[in-house]
Amino acid sequence: MKNTELETIEEKQISTFDRVSEVLIAIFSRPSGMIGFSIVILHIIIAIISPLIVPYDYKEINSLIMLKPPNETFFFGTDQLGRDVFTRTLMGGRIALFVTFFGTIIAIAWGGFVGIFCGLVGGKIDDIVMRIIDAFLAIPWILAMLLIVVILGTSTQVLIPALGFFYGKGIVRVARAATHDVIARDFIMAAKARGHGNFSIIWNELLPNVRDAIMVEGAMRWSWMLLAFSSLSFLGFGVSPPTPDWGLMISEGRGLMSFAYWSVIAPIVALSSLIIGINLSADAFAKALGIDRTQKAPV
Amino acid sequence: MFLLILKRLGLGLITIILVSVIIFTGVEVLPGDACTSFLEREAKGELLEICREKLGLNVPAIERYLTWSYNALNGDLGFSLSGQKPISEIISVRIRNSLVLAFTAIIIGIPLAIILGIITALWRDKLPDIFISTIAIFSMTIPEFISATILILVVAIWLNWLPGIVIVSSNTTILELLPNIILPVIAISMVMTAHMLRMVRSNIIQVLSSDYVQMAKLKGVPYWKMVFVHVLPNGLLPAINIIALTIAWLLGGVVVTEVVFNYPGLGRLVIESISDRDLPVVQALALILALIYVGVNLTADLLTLLVNPRLRTLQIRK
Amino acid sequence: MREIIQNIKNLSIGFKSQDGREIAILKNISTSINRGETVGIVGESGSGKSTLALAMMGFAKQGLYPISGECIYKSKNLLDLSDRELEKIRGKQIAMIPQNAGQSLTPNLKIGYQVEETLKLHTKFDANERSIKITELLNKVRLPSPNIMAQRYPHELSGGQQQRVAIAMALAGNPDLLLLDEPTTGLDVTTQAHVLELLNEIAKDTKTSMVYVSHDLGAIAQVSHRVIVMYAGEIVLDGDVRQVLRSPLHPYAHGLLNSIPKLSLPGLPAAMPGTPPQPDENSKGCSFYERCELAIDRCNSSKPELKSISNSQTKVRCFRHDKLEEKELNKKADLILPQKSSEQRVLNLDNISITYARQSILDQILNRFSDKNITVKDIDIDIKKGETIALVGESGSGKSTILKSIAGLLSIKEGKINFKEDVNLSPDVRHRTNAQLRSIQLIFQNPDESLNPSHTVEEILSQPLKLYFGLNGKELKNSIIDLLKKVRLSGKYLYRYPRQLSGGEKQRIAVARAFAAKPDLILCDEVTSALDVSVQAAVLKLLQDLKNELGTTYIFVSHDLAVVRAISDRVAVLYQGRLCEIGPSSAVYKYPSHPYTEVLLGAVLEPDPDLKPKLAAEDIVEEKPPENGCSFQGRCPRVIGEKCFKETPPWQISNQGNAIRCHINIKDLLKNQS
Repeated sequence: MKNTELETIEEKQISTFDRVSEVLIAIFSRPSGMIGFSIVILHIIIAIISPLIVPYDYKEINSLIMLKPPNETFFFGTDQLGRDVFTRTLMGGRIALFVTFFGTIIAIAWGGFVGIFCGLVGGKIDDIVMRIIDAFLAIPWILAMLLIVVILGTSTQVLIPALGFFYGKGIVRVARAATHDVIARDFIMAAKARGHGNFSIIWNELLPNVRDAIMVEGAMRWSWMLLAFSSLSFLGFGVSPPTPDWGLMISEGRGLMSFAYWSVIAPIVALSSLIIGINLSADAFAKALGIDRTQKAPV
Repeated sequence: MFLLILKRLGLGLITIILVSVIIFTGVEVLPGDACTSFLEREAKGELLEICREKLGLNVPAIERYLTWSYNALNGDLGFSLSGQKPISEIISVRIRNSLVLAFTAIIIGIPLAIILGIITALWRDKLPDIFISTIAIFSMTIPEFISATILILVVAIWLNWLPGIVIVSSNTTILELLPNIILPVIAISMVMTAHMLRMVRSNIIQVLSSDYVQMAKLKGVPYWKMVFVHVLPNGLLPAINIIALTIAWLLGGVVVTEVVFNYPGLGRLVIESISDRDLPVVQALALILALIYVGVNLTADLLTLLVNPRLRTLQIRK
Repeated sequence: MREIIQNIKNLSIGFKSQDGREIAILKNISTSINRGETVGIVGESGSGKSTLALAMMGFAKQGLYPISGECIYKSKNLLDLSDRELEKIRGKQIAMIPQNAGQSLTPNLKIGYQVEETLKLHTKFDANERSIKITELLNKVRLPSPNIMAQRYPHELSGGQQQRVAIAMALAGNPDLLLLDEPTTGLDVTTQAHVLELLNEIAKDTKTSMVYVSHDLGAIAQVSHRVIVMYAGEIVLDGDVRQVLRSPLHPYAHGLLNSIPKLSLPGLPAAMPGTPPQPDENSKGCSFYERCELAIDRCNSSKPELKSISNSQTKVRCFRHDKLEEKELNKKADLILPQKSSEQRVLNLDNISITYARQSILDQILNRFSDKNITVKDIDIDIKKGETIALVGESGSGKSTILKSIAGLLSIKEGKINFKEDVNLSPDVRHRTNAQLRSIQLIFQNPDESLNPSHTVEEILSQPLKLYFGLNGKELKNSIIDLLKKVRLSGKYLYRYPRQLSGGEKQRIAVARAFAAKPDLILCDEVTSALDVSVQAAVLKLLQDLKNELGTTYIFVSHDLAVVRAISDRVAVLYQGRLCEIGPSSAVYKYPSHPYTEVLLGAVLEPDPDLKPKLAAEDIVEEKPPENGCSFQGRCPRVIGEKCFKETPPWQISNQGNAIRCHINIKDLLKNQS
């Protein structure tokens, strides 16, 4: 009797894989989630394989074919230096995705850590840390970013931690608020009364319950960070030419768009679709996990 | 109540002091100083010495911080290296221009956001909501430089209705400025309105599902009376803080839009001073923008305190 | 001939599920309300009782919609009316008193305005008459100084006062029909008794018809003429209050009444097996079939109709109600056996005091105690092995605070906690050894809060097993399955998340988690107050069984005197953090009592219309205990003079063995009370 009971139990064991696939199914069951997720995946695949599939060299300058409109040989036309816009558009997301992806990971890591820490210790330390974070929030991010870039350069080693730092502030707030909510609940009290150590309480009881909120916020931050990175490129403080980058391409093509609109349309569509895609996925992700993100403040 | 206000004021002051320290150490920690940055390759010998002398860089950092903040308190923000005139002179014109832009955007954007927010919340998941919310998501997520570029492409270039790029110098009169701000205002309002309307919408939806709104319905309060008396005062209270954040963002953060439209506001000054590596101006800008941020948020906090009976009576009861 | 005020015909209300099916939560309801009559609607959570009450106003909660049927008021079907027409009826002819008045009052509007709003909408009074009327209404619901109250905001009022405002608001339109949705749930017992008395008076004065919705048969018994019992969205029994409560003719009503603990009947109430069906479970037969003792095959294959019983007004939905007529009500399943008196001490609270107030730095340095009104003071209790001792009191009595400090979650300021013979448990959790921690376990009020929502049952139960016994692998799994068995759950629950369990199942898991540690002492903090009555009985029985099996000692905290009566051997009554009375349950529930115990006992509602509560003390909310004298001085109906305000009352012991802390001589107390 007992054996058969145990056997039926084994079948129903829930693994992490099940949980992930459950969330994925929930995301894909919404049209917005499906569209958003597909766009993001497509962009990531293109970013990875684009060097292998592009028809031309992205930096090959040819003064004979400057500003050609779209045709059979140059699907999206050519830019002011005669470079193939199609090639550059396909490759234009590589650095942006690379920098912002790792930037987001850094943001989640430090933002999550500090937020949980502050939520847990509370009191004076919490007050002081939040005051400092508030002070950082008061300085416009773009000013600080520009200053860093101007002085330290635009290499990825500078951009990734800098963006990660500035976009972790929002995550600190979310993680802190979530921690506050969770530690007031009885199951934390129960673990304390049982005599679990601090580490065990954080790892077993707290983390599983704040993880979702942090992940969703991280996904949102990713799209903001992408926006910021492209803006930097657009302003001429991000990726340096001739590396293909959407922000940079739009900036370069802008002056000529009255007669060569194709050189800006392609990167505009590419960048917008990626940001909207991330946003839609993040929204669907939040809904799949049962978190209503619209309640949060915009910064 | 009085204590609460005092506490908020104190916290605001602490933030400002912290900001000034962060800005100062930030510039200090980065390699080089204002003179080496500005002079770049020529930063050697006599030229460097003259520059350092002029900016008083030869004294210890703490002393410099104290003089800097003391002078800033008296309205003296230092001397611009690239403009070769007092920073306060340069900045005051830019602030005026930014204010013109910001106020126009606020006058259009805030009422629009509140009205659209209310509409989307009251007709939740119906056609008006789906339509407006979808547009909002687009205008919120598409980068400003893209929407601004498209605006110029369509309105100025293809349709030829308005000038695409502002071609006035920074110290023109407000009247001359006005016709040039139409496109920038549209570009800014789009993003701002979208953000705010989403917040307003979710706040009102939350209030609509509350027990007291159900109770109002069960008391026989007519729909629109219920909306105006029971729903909006409670649903729009949190909007005060959202508006504050938006204003702070408008005054400081519209760097990209100002660059796209070549508008001579604070945002473009940020880019200009950084391109020129004019660190004293950057420092001053950071301080002023932080002041605006803290000031606006503080005002919003105090306003909420005045409007919300829950907070207002908190102190009396205790 | 009685005038029918509202007639409900074949009403079904439901919602669309995610896969597009129509799921009814009210099924084919037909009943009517007569003028001047108070009808009680009783049922457990999910029975659809609130939905029915709201439908009587032509209102359905978001997501719900009427599937079929009509609610006829004055020959109009409320479900067909336009919003404009409904606005004229709501508040004026039919008014609602909501469950949670605190959340039902608009936070930004003054009390006076909210009452006036109804007057403005539904009467022709001018501004002057309205302000007079507001005062009159607030007076009627017995709010102190109405003119000042009218200027207050809702959050400035206590829970009882907010409920009174809601009543005043409902009365403002002078309605024909008053709907009350759990109006006293969440209030303290004494406040609840006062509000019910007020409602009764209003019913008598105004001849208004009332529909009183509640899960609490005690409250229903006090106000209703007629009772409707609902189960799984259906009316299963409808009849005169005495008929329904004395000889219920439906097995569910019978079981429900039996599962209520009563003051008059010591011992555990009989538990009802099973849980109600989910709204989307559609069965051909009777919805109570699964849980019914009398069920026969016919009950599973066809659905009984709600039928009148010959020569009585009662209607019942059961094929076998005649079998119930012989069945005796109020038979207890388990009488608690007289305590095997063990003299072994488990825990001793030696004059402990606890405060939430923060000490100033100077006081800390001087090791001085400055707080004049300490949250909990001078608690002195000895707890013997194998007994169940209950701490009772209203909100703010400090009962949970004491529990938390025994568990080591709060540190005590004065006194000592001694465990067993020689272990000092005064320090908090961080300074206790593993063995000390293991021997005291805590069960919380609400399992939704106390079980981690992101852990499976297996993970929840493995926490204490890993921590205290270092179990793992096969051994751990077997222990968990044993634990599940102990709380009468099968192994299939192992990989479920708390959200996939019913309320009773969740609390069983919480019980299992406490027992996993093999503790000597279990602290139960209002463990049944979040549960439905029938589930409560089952959990109480489980606790009692486990105690008999394992010899555990319980400290049981509750506000519900009847539950305490059912399970405890000894009772300690607390008011404002001070002990008033302590002794064997049999003695405490008899006179003479401390005046506060008397007030509490008097306010208990029994499911019997002829047992009226006695209202002895004013129901006012005291925020702080007094600095000197007796803790109950502020509300005591028997104050005898200066002494009560100045001196701490002495302990007196009665012949029955209960100790009372009062200035009044115990013999005089007895004389006054009998």
